[in-house]
Amino acid sequence: MKIDVEHIARLARLGLSDEEKKLYGEQLSRILEYAETLNKLPTENIAPTTHAIPMKNVLREDRMVPFPDIEAIMINAPQEESNMFLVPRIME
Amino acid sequence: MHSKYETVIGLETHAQLLTESKMFCSCSTKFGSKPNTNICPVCTGQPGVLPVINKKAIELAIKTAIALNCRIEKMSVFARKHYFYPDLPKDFQVSQYELPLATGGFVEIEVEGKKQKIGITRIHLEEDAGKLVHKGAARIMGAGESLVDYNRTGVPLMEIVTEPDIRSPLEAKVFMETLQHLLQFIGVCDAKMEEGSLRCDANLSLRPAGETKLGTKTEVKNMNSFRAVLKALEAEEKRHAEVLNEGGKILQETRFFDDINETTIGMRSKEFAHDYRYFPEPDLVPVEPDHQWIETIKNTLGELPEAKSERFFNEYSLAAGINKILISDKLKADFFERTVKHFNKPEMIANWIIGDIAAYLNENKKSINEISLTPEKLSEILKLIDNGTITGKIAKNILLEVLGTGKTVQDIIKEQGLTQISDEGELVKIVGDVIKNNPKQVDEFKSGKDTVIMFLVGQVMKASKGRAKPDKAQELLRKALG
Repeated sequence: MKIDVEHIARLARLGLSDEEKKLYGEQLSRILEYAETLNKLPTENIAPTTHAIPMKNVLREDRMVPFPDIEAIMINAPQEESNMFLVPRIME
Repeated sequence: MHSKYETVIGLETHAQLLTESKMFCSCSTKFGSKPNTNICPVCTGQPGVLPVINKKAIELAIKTAIALNCRIEKMSVFARKHYFYPDLPKDFQVSQYELPLATGGFVEIEVEGKKQKIGITRIHLEEDAGKLVHKGAARIMGAGESLVDYNRTGVPLMEIVTEPDIRSPLEAKVFMETLQHLLQFIGVCDAKMEEGSLRCDANLSLRPAGETKLGTKTEVKNMNSFRAVLKALEAEEKRHAEVLNEGGKILQETRFFDDINETTIGMRSKEFAHDYRYFPEPDLVPVEPDHQWIETIKNTLGELPEAKSERFFNEYSLAAGINKILISDKLKADFFERTVKHFNKPEMIANWIIGDIAAYLNENKKSINEISLTPEKLSEILKLIDNGTITGKIAKNILLEVLGTGKTVQDIIKEQGLTQISDEGELVKIVGDVIKNNPKQVDEFKSGKDTVIMFLVGQVMKASKGRAKPDKAQELLRKALG
């Protein structure tokens, strides 16, 4: 199965060397080929499902509960300013 | 717009739902909190967390779907929409894609006296992104760095997509106004465009008049008011026409409305064609509202503006203009109906509500349920005018006093001696004084200038501090001068 490795790498923002492109291209093809075996199953009379478990309407009541340790989240900011995450230029 | 082209517009609107907590976690949705104070591991996309759907968000969206005449789908599914952007900490947005909550409705709008239906393609739920503050520039273009506040991340949004049924920028503006009114009326969204709780993007294209195939469209963003919707689409419509007239081709792209220069600007982006790689969100199971749940929600909906307007017209014989103003605010409409129960003069009540009371509310930025006037008090004041105890002018003073101090109507009347003069002797005396003090006008009247009588009536009203009944004053003046 032919895979556009460059496209997928770009979507994932990965810079790949030529060797890596070759390696991942082969590996991804094999994964997809393996998944293809599912197509051998007869599914004509089975309704499409989106989930593996037969559950529906798992809902919570609309109640506000503040998270007690916001500092533990903010600590992940490589750079912080005025209690916000500082990020580099977005648009070229 | 000239007749050579037909304009085709479809709108994608986003309405923030009035919930206390976010779409998939229990963080507050409060607007204007200190940056990054309403965040948690779920909405900031930490590994291993488990989102859970907010039931109220589903109910508000179903409520909207019913009000917009949509079909509620038996099953809707949340999906992950993947893209990288700093305001999206998970690197995917949870949204409904192939299986939205509701489909196939319409909204009726009225433009320049003509009613028409605008089709609704779908309504689905999703989560909002965070807020970016661009450093060193008003906008993203030119900003060296940006700051991210994730308070808004995960706030429930309802996307309402229209069919390409809109034929002019004005219709687009009216659609947004109608939608705002409806969303506020049914209480699902506060729908303030300036604050971003109601937003819209537009797809616009032109085609030669009579052509059925759609032309190439552009998407217009950054319209933060009804006026901006009108101005942005007028500018984009004009730009399309100019390009086409010169034999050029429209490039399919996203354009940004510059509200200062009232033009649209192409957003140059290195981004290649979107590839969102949607797939069902494995952590959220399908939503399958049953008949009973939908019926329960339907019962909370109450009367919709259109039906209420028709009923007001039939029940109270209100003129269309008065009706429209009254209905535009659900609280005023309710206040009106409660007052009518005490005093059956609908037109008089309506006029007071949309007149002096509305003026007071605007001035004090209050709604009618936040003031000390009650339907009981209003009906009490109006009954006093109706039975001739007080004049309209005094009634207005009493009204303002009630609004300002919260005192009872009877107390105000007693304190200020405001009842109308019922003793004819007292009025005759005032009339005599007015005639004595205004010899010039009296001469003019006697020489045949009849309109001067109104000046003299005015003097009587003034001398009696508004307590005289104008027609009675006129009658006595004519008698005295006759």
